[in-house]
Amino acid sequence: MEEKKRTLWGELRKGFITTNPLLVLMVGLCSALAISTRVENCIFMGLAVIFVLTCSNVIISLIRNFIPDQVRIPIYIVVIASFVTIVDLTLKTIPAVYERLGVWIPLIVVNCIILARAEGYASSAKVSHAFMDGLGIGMGYTSVLLIMSVFRELFGTGKIVLFEKKVIDLHIKAVPMILIMFPGAFITYALLSALLQWYQARKKPGAEEG
Amino acid sequence: MNEAWRYFLLFFGASVVANILLIRFIALCPFFGVSTSLETSLGMSISVIFVMTMATSVSWIAWNYVLEPLGVGEFLYIPSFILIIASLVQFVEMVIKKTSPPLYRAMGIYLPLITTNCAVLAAATESVKPGFFTKLNVAYHYGFPEALVYTIGVAVGFSLVLIFFAAMRERLELAPIPKFFRGVPIAFITAALFSLAFMGFAGMFNL
Repeated sequence: MEEKKRTLWGELRKGFITTNPLLVLMVGLCSALAISTRVENCIFMGLAVIFVLTCSNVIISLIRNFIPDQVRIPIYIVVIASFVTIVDLTLKTIPAVYERLGVWIPLIVVNCIILARAEGYASSAKVSHAFMDGLGIGMGYTSVLLIMSVFRELFGTGKIVLFEKKVIDLHIKAVPMILIMFPGAFITYALLSALLQWYQARKKPGAEEG
Repeated sequence: MNEAWRYFLLFFGASVVANILLIRFIALCPFFGVSTSLETSLGMSISVIFVMTMATSVSWIAWNYVLEPLGVGEFLYIPSFILIIASLVQFVEMVIKKTSPPLYRAMGIYLPLITTNCAVLAAATESVKPGFFTKLNVAYHYGFPEALVYTIGVAVGFSLVLIFFAAMRERLELAPIPKFFRGVPIAFITAALFSLAFMGFAGMFNL
């Protein structure tokens, strides 16, 4: 398994479907549900997570041979926390976004996706593979985030607003507002995950292929 | 009297009105991971209340007496709070192992898990660092008693929902559910209904 040839392209692609962090591994759910009320939030959050994930994967992969096993978790957390601080201070220059993402920026530190990839993948992989893995998993996370937020914003408010410009307007009077409220996040995720189960059940009869 | 009422509002607001799981979506991973049985969720709840209270107390001291006077708070608060939480969890684990082996066996796996529980970091950040506390309409001064009351409120709210939800999921095992909604999707639908119910509390404080 470990010896199976790992191509860089395969490392990038697997984050979208076979090891999608949100739908398959079920980590990092909290931020996804809370942020996905607006497409704009998701773009910034996705970029932040891709940045932190890629950088910390590369650094951890670089230093993996020097750190003693007993203190690896604190070291990982310190590496991750420094990149999160960079994001935190950068986003502060855009006050409107910083205010809306609020506590979620510091919480990237304990976002299970990042620690899980550091511990489970980057600590035993080549630098180039770790880089592609971070990029792929980060983009897989972002793509699910975008699907959820487009669904919620479009049907919850009837329009999509990006950087104070209306991109899509459905012109409907009565919208199911519940989708942008708290229960809407749970319902959207439940539908997505039911869809995934349906898809997997349909594929099952044939040979199982990744 | 007035003071006591304010603390009560703070506690009630933190635990129920802005419930950390259902209204704010923080710490969902342990919520869905642990809530499969009533027993495990009880163990998790006790550990979280304990660790959260201690983490906020130490973070408050660190922020007000070390980080803020030195002027390094803005860019050191994330690493220092997470290190405080991680070392605290390790320390608590050692103490419990020495003093009470039965309790250690009961809490065993949940203690290390708490380090990566976002709720602990969120509660510490919000109650300690000025500028993060915007959710409640209660006057809030970032003093030590307020931080403590707020954190305990958050932890109690977490435990309350976790235990309710675990009880629901034990019943769901026996319910006739459409095939593709078994497992995760039905858990999320249940959580949506819970969240809908908790939104009813929002009217209490004119939020």
